[in-house]
Amino acid sequence: MNMEEFIKNIEAEFDDLKPGVLKADSNFRESFEWNSINALILIAMVKTEYDVTLSADDLIKSKSVKDIYSLIVNRQS
Amino acid sequence: MALFSLPGIKISGISAAVPKNKESNADYTWISVKERESLMKNIGVETRRVAAKGTTTSDLCVIAAEKLMDELNWDRFEVELLIFVSQSRDYLVPTTACIVQDRLGLPHSCVAMDIGLGCSGYVYGLSVIGSMMQQGAIKKALLMVGDISTLTTCYRDKSTYPLFGDVGTVTALEFDAAAPKMHFNLQTDGSGYKALMIKDGGARNVMSRQSFDIKKVGKGIYRSRLHLELDGIEVFNFTLREVVPNIKKLLTHTGESLAEIDFVVFHQANRLINETLRKMLKLEAEKVPYSIREFGNTSGASVPLTMIAALREPLVTGRKKLLLSAFGVGLSWGSAIVETDRICIPDLIEV
Repeated sequence: MNMEEFIKNIEAEFDDLKPGVLKADSNFRESFEWNSINALILIAMVKTEYDVTLSADDLIKSKSVKDIYSLIVNRQS
Repeated sequence: MALFSLPGIKISGISAAVPKNKESNADYTWISVKERESLMKNIGVETRRVAAKGTTTSDLCVIAAEKLMDELNWDRFEVELLIFVSQSRDYLVPTTACIVQDRLGLPHSCVAMDIGLGCSGYVYGLSVIGSMMQQGAIKKALLMVGDISTLTTCYRDKSTYPLFGDVGTVTALEFDAAAPKMHFNLQTDGSGYKALMIKDGGARNVMSRQSFDIKKVGKGIYRSRLHLELDGIEVFNFTLREVVPNIKKLLTHTGESLAEIDFVVFHQANRLINETLRKMLKLEAEKVPYSIREFGNTSGASVPLTMIAALREPLVTGRKKLLLSAFGVGLSWGSAIVETDRICIPDLIEV
């Protein structure tokens, strides 16, 4: 996986997110409306695309898109 | 391992009764219009049936059973097994199934008992009935599965209130030595029991005045200790972790592939969960029916309700092989492969 593809996958899930706005360093809670449904959408996408499970705790501890990306990379290896 | 096959039982019919009263999540003003739209699109619940106060699950199941037995031309005196699977029983004591035995005019030779399971209840109920019937002594049985879930959700809890709907279902089963085997894979992980629970009112936390206090738990989430609480992410991850391996193990056991299955009927948890499972199993959309848009999450009854609401035509007219998969509160989950042949499905009853 690479960051560009990861961001594209996130953009595809959230209608509010204009392409190109989200960056690796973006705080994902501020980039699109952050609520429990959107958390489930993100978890579902990561599970389907990368076969990695994100817990509630993972999301609480993550701030940026890069934080989540690193979690996925670590768990895939 | 609870992986087994049961010969000699066939499903003769299924019936369901829902309350007339319909609530739409478009009118759920506790949350913003935008949140309502996201809820309806992603969680997939647009409308839900809500029972009037005083209507019990068994009331709905009895109405459904009367109609089904009439259409099947069943003599009440031949029904010798009745199982009521629910988490919303009539009384704390006695067992609801006993009361239902009498209301339906079933004989005193009838075995009647409750099973206290929720989401996974239909596959568990089928396995218990099938196990008791397979030796052929009991010829006819009724499996009632249903819940009035709306009684225990708090309006000011956005994480539960807009999800659940009420229904009572009944499945008629008959001993038939020539029937194809039913196959089951049933599992449990009680370490996750807190993910879906009502804390007070049982023996662990006896009901007290404090049980009724409604407290803020999070943004848009207020409830008492007598209301259902649901940890969405926990349940979501449990489902994505357990359901696909459970189904694959069952298929390995029977030596079948998903290509041989006509329909995969999932518990109607939420659309996002079910669509993710569908993609993980690489199933075509046509093979995975839904009832959640119209009826919400109907607990253990969601599998038979989906068969009635979305598969009536194929099930009434032909021979079908179904994979049923149900998962949730407990945590308890399981799958079953059942073959049906032109079963009786009366029109959905509105009460």
